[in-house]
Amino acid sequence: MATPAIRMFRKLEGLFCVYKPAGVHWKLVRDSIETNLLKGLNAAPSPPLPHHVRLLTQPNNESETSKGLTVSTVSVPVLSKHPLVTGPEFQHIRVGVGHRLDAFSSGVLVLAVGNGNKALNDFYSTRVTRDYTLEAEFGTATDNFTHTGRVVERSTYDHITQDKLERVLSMLEGVNQKTLLTYSNIDMRSQEAYEMAVQGLLGPEGKSTPILTGLRCIRFQPPNFTLELQCLNETQKYLCKIVHEIGLELRSTAVCKGVRRTRDGLFTLQDALIHHHWTAADVMQAIQLYHSTKKNKKRSKAANKTSALQTSEDNITETQQSEVNEGRFAE
Amino acid sequence: MASTCAQLCLRGTGPLYSKTVSSTWQYYTRVQQRIKVTRAPTKVISGSSIRGNHTTATTLTRLRWKQQICFYSDSAAKYLTTEAKEGTNTQELSRTNVGAHKTSLLPTRDAALTTENNHISLDLDPVAQPSALEEISDEEAISISVPSAIPPVSTTLRDYVDKSETLSKLVQLGVNLWKLEQRPNVGSMLLRLNFNTDVAPRLLFLKDIGVEDSRFGYIISHNPFILTESLENLQARVNYLKSKNFSSETVASMVSRAPYLLNFSVKRLDNRLGFYQQQLNLSANNTRNIVARLPRLLCGSLEPVKENLKVCEIELGFKRNEIQHIVLAVPKLLTANKRKLTEIFDFIHNTMKVPHHLITKFPQVLNSKHLRLRERHLFLEYLGKAQYDPTLPNYITLDRLVSLPDETFCTELALATLEDFYLFQKTL
Repeated sequence: MATPAIRMFRKLEGLFCVYKPAGVHWKLVRDSIETNLLKGLNAAPSPPLPHHVRLLTQPNNESETSKGLTVSTVSVPVLSKHPLVTGPEFQHIRVGVGHRLDAFSSGVLVLAVGNGNKALNDFYSTRVTRDYTLEAEFGTATDNFTHTGRVVERSTYDHITQDKLERVLSMLEGVNQKTLLTYSNIDMRSQEAYEMAVQGLLGPEGKSTPILTGLRCIRFQPPNFTLELQCLNETQKYLCKIVHEIGLELRSTAVCKGVRRTRDGLFTLQDALIHHHWTAADVMQAIQLYHSTKKNKKRSKAANKTSALQTSEDNITETQQSEVNEGRFAE
Repeated sequence: MASTCAQLCLRGTGPLYSKTVSSTWQYYTRVQQRIKVTRAPTKVISGSSIRGNHTTATTLTRLRWKQQICFYSDSAAKYLTTEAKEGTNTQELSRTNVGAHKTSLLPTRDAALTTENNHISLDLDPVAQPSALEEISDEEAISISVPSAIPPVSTTLRDYVDKSETLSKLVQLGVNLWKLEQRPNVGSMLLRLNFNTDVAPRLLFLKDIGVEDSRFGYIISHNPFILTESLENLQARVNYLKSKNFSSETVASMVSRAPYLLNFSVKRLDNRLGFYQQQLNLSANNTRNIVARLPRLLCGSLEPVKENLKVCEIELGFKRNEIQHIVLAVPKLLTANKRKLTEIFDFIHNTMKVPHHLITKFPQVLNSKHLRLRERHLFLEYLGKAQYDPTLPNYITLDRLVSLPDETFCTELALATLEDFYLFQKTL
């Protein structure tokens, strides 16, 4: 006996992602999503009011018929169940926020509704990497490493070439690779470590310092340059600091002009809802899409397993054939 | 020990209960409480007795046991006597205590707690009520007054809606009782009202001044106190507004849009009107105009308005006549958030490079949302169409930039598709 609103809410439970504009706090994003969802849920038609029977005595008949009192039965709606009296059916929904984005940065922000909060925890307990695009500028240094801060230092940047920048970036990547190994709790001399490293599974369990797993320059037009990076356990402040350090390493200074997250785990820009689409209908669509992709993944995984078995058999036959071939060649 | 017991029994022979059922119930509960109190020490004693039995020197333990019991009963007696002194109805109290005491003494003898078996027998007087099986006539049946099921105290109006005529009529008018009951004291105020004498005359009065029926729910939901305001006061305020040359339609629309308007005294209303006229150097006609368009100005505090005017003049650098023009076009700016106002002005003036006189010409811009303005401006800039100078070709008016909906903005100003605009927003 679920009301339409409850049925709608069941459909809403799950994970989805939004595109957070720069200059808006994530709490504001969460709250506006929650109010929009509540508005959508409570707009669903409420069930009709139940009726109860009331006995009404008629006072004008009383004088005429002293013995038999006429009592009329009237069916009246129970007003205590009226939506104006009980208030809206849903008064708050649990909306959880994934990895935070500070007010300065923009990009993909994962949100969870209702039961999705559990899935959100599971999602972040796996080691998810995130993609960022950083807009940066040489020539100045500020106190908070972004272009909005107070300017602390100015410097020249004519001597910087793309080659020098790439060298610094690769050095940074190397340093981060080393920290990645120290945070993965495995003996580096073991066979297990080798096998995991081959599969690319080495990494920190849970908390660690921010680690960049990939870093490259995708645009270099001095004084502006754009970096693209993948990282683990980062904060946006840390990324701005990276830009600052790159500037110092190049005997210059640099500030971050924009931090934009383009991917968070499996959520990419394509799925992100921009703020015109933060309505219950659009969110529901996004969540349905998420559920369907999850199902497809499971199915494809199962399919992969069977195919992998087949291919391994094929490999065996191939290797046998090759042995045979080699044998022939030797002859 | 025997002597103390006898003493207690003596004290226990009090007069029989001659009170009603309720009072005996009360005492019974008291007895139960007493039993609870006395249980703990008996446990201690039984525990110690068991320990004593296990030891070899039986005589010694027996002695100790006796001593303990004596000590216990003595202490209990002392406790009882002090209680008795304190209590006003000493005899009943002591009697109940004796009962409790007996139950507590028993388990010490056979080292098992069997308090359930020891019921205190109270002889109750039969209550003078007719049998449930007796037949009664219809008149009697009618005359039996059924106590109403209304709870005396409740946190919500939900329990009263079906019983109270006022509340059910208010719900039918569309008043949001759920919102009202969250305000302090409003719920009890509404319950005390009588529909025919309190509510109906005020609604009729509102109807007389021209407020539409459909607005009643909105007005009462926002201002339930209009139902407690006296009719003379309401009439006086409406008369005052009419004397200031507000037409009756304007008064009706003002009342239906600003529910608190009629709760303010004539003096206060006059004060507000005078303030706006003097601060903005407006003619009487213009003052009436802005107040009629935004009647909320007469209800709110004047401090934020003063602050906003100062912000416009000093921080944003508008001239006095420019402010007057802006306020006449968009009175909402007077109650706008100061921080948002400066934020959006900063963007228009410093990022879009629009001079003051153009902003004055299109004051609606200041009323728009910062995020919306920013993404539109950046999109136009990306397309190379951000041109806000009226002397140059391809001039885009600020008015159209802000007020057009997304589809028309894309097709008419940006000459792009809506999907492109949405995709562009993901790159900001």
